Amino acid sequence: MTLIRHTLYMTLRHLRELWRQPWFVAVTLVQPVIWLLLFGALFKRVIEIPGFHGNSYIAFLAPGVVVMTAMFSSAWSGMALIEDINRGVTARFLVSPVRREALIAGRILKEAVVVVIQSLIIVALALIVGASFPGGVGGVAALFAISALLGATFGALSNGFGLIMRQEEALIGAVQFIVLPLTFLSATFLAADLIPKWMQHVADFNPVNWAVVAGRSAVSGNADWGMIAARAGFLVALLALSVAFATRAFQSYQRSV
Amino acid sequence: MEMAIEADGLAKSYPKGVTALDGLSFEVASGSVFALLGPNGAGKSTAVKILTTLAKPDAGKALVERLDVVANPDAVRRMIGVVAQGSAVDIQATGRENLRLQGQIHGIRGKAVEERAQELLDRFGLADAADRIARGYSGGMQRRLDIAMALVHDPAVLFLDEPTTGLDPEVRADMWAEIARLAAERGKSVLLTTHYLEEADQLAERIAIVDRGKVVAEGTPDELKRELRGDAIHVDLEREYNGEVRGAVGGLVGVRDVVVDGRTLRARADDGGRAVPLVLQALKSAGVEVSSVRVARPSLDDVYLKYTGRTFDAAEAEATTR
Repeated sequence: MTLIRHTLYMTLRHLRELWRQPWFVAVTLVQPVIWLLLFGALFKRVIEIPGFHGNSYIAFLAPGVVVMTAMFSSAWSGMALIEDINRGVTARFLVSPVRREALIAGRILKEAVVVVIQSLIIVALALIVGASFPGGVGGVAALFAISALLGATFGALSNGFGLIMRQEEALIGAVQFIVLPLTFLSATFLAADLIPKWMQHVADFNPVNWAVVAGRSAVSGNADWGMIAARAGFLVALLALSVAFATRAFQSYQRSV
Repeated sequence: MEMAIEADGLAKSYPKGVTALDGLSFEVASGSVFALLGPNGAGKSTAVKILTTLAKPDAGKALVERLDVVANPDAVRRMIGVVAQGSAVDIQATGRENLRLQGQIHGIRGKAVEERAQELLDRFGLADAADRIARGYSGGMQRRLDIAMALVHDPAVLFLDEPTTGLDPEVRADMWAEIARLAAERGKSVLLTTHYLEEADQLAERIAIVDRGKVVAEGTPDELKRELRGDAIHVDLEREYNGEVRGAVGGLVGVRDVVVDGRTLRARADDGGRAVPLVLQALKSAGVEVSSVRVARPSLDDVYLKYTGRTFDAAEAEATTR
């Protein structure tokens, strides 16, 4: 009970922080809008490529943008933790009886909440520009859940690396190094059959691709629930590993205080 | 006597071979203000980290309110309030939100936490700024919020780690008044670390002088100064004299440690006030002309010099170049 309560206090603190930075919120939303509208227009004729299934590139792209945005925004999660450490805020929590797990869990949960809100906006926008999601509300909810899982995973990883690096510049470098290749080595922009063979093999091990493929299937109208469940299972396992990693990193930070 | 803090033989080294604590021992009586005084790098902050459960000692034992800080850290955390070196407020939250969260993680909820926050905001002169983001607070306001946050759960023991470092003199004076007020509160024990001699002198009932990770002297400020036996007499002479000066004063009863250096004469006396007329008389008889004379109680700086063989300033300089 205490753990849940403490986690909620921390989650609310982080959400409030975000709410107070309207520019940050705006910028994180502008990016997916650009992806969706710009790439949607740019690659409009991709659907004419033989082997591409479906008749709207925006509808194809939207789940990918949802997943990508989930990763992009969560991957910065560790920045706020580094700032807290540098400001002495984390040390203040550590001399209080707050549950240690809540200090990490609160941040991960916040990322999951933010991902769901962003996803809602992106899907609404896609609907406005004419995409349709035959999978219905259930399918879209599954897409959100998968994106939230991925967001939580990247949130945990980002906090773990942040705790090890403890330098904002280093974390920025690491995030930029990781995020774009993971996006392009996936079926985010093109159907899997259309990307080079070696990339397909890499994509099989790419959590972003798991989320894109599963999420896209969920909203497609002929969802392959077995495949979706398997991918979601991988994501849950990866989330568990990432949380374990972040927890270990936090313990090593505590020892170094 | 009940002890709020008992530290016994605390030792701690950091990876690069830096020994921060080397058998630090002291006790703080319940309800008293105790100062750890020493230059930067003496190990004071490491001691506070151990006592507040942030760090674990390599050796030794520490009890806070009779609870072992290593074996029972969570119970200790409920008992203590900590004001860290440098502000540790969440500058993206308002003063009230900072206080509320601190109260909540100490298990105060609902109406009680709101009331407690308001009470502290009023007491620390932050009521007008309560709902402003703390980023915009002045240094002094952030420091007051720090203290308020440490007091939310009414802790039995309060740790103040260098509470006035980096504050301008005016704010420091306010801070001292606030700490004195806290100390007067029923039953609260305060451990203060400082590298300001006058801060320890003003605020603490007992002082432990820390040097290179060890306590080198301990007592009330007056006891420590008294160990230097007597007052310092400082006489400025009209001009340089030869050996006759020292000879004239050296034989006086109750006057000792006479040092003549150019145009100044320094000596110690058990009772400075009584000794001055005798000294002046003796100098006059020897034909020595005096331009001014001062009597001073020994300062903690003198005490520090006696126990460490270094002046405080020299020790500070050494710590920063290390």
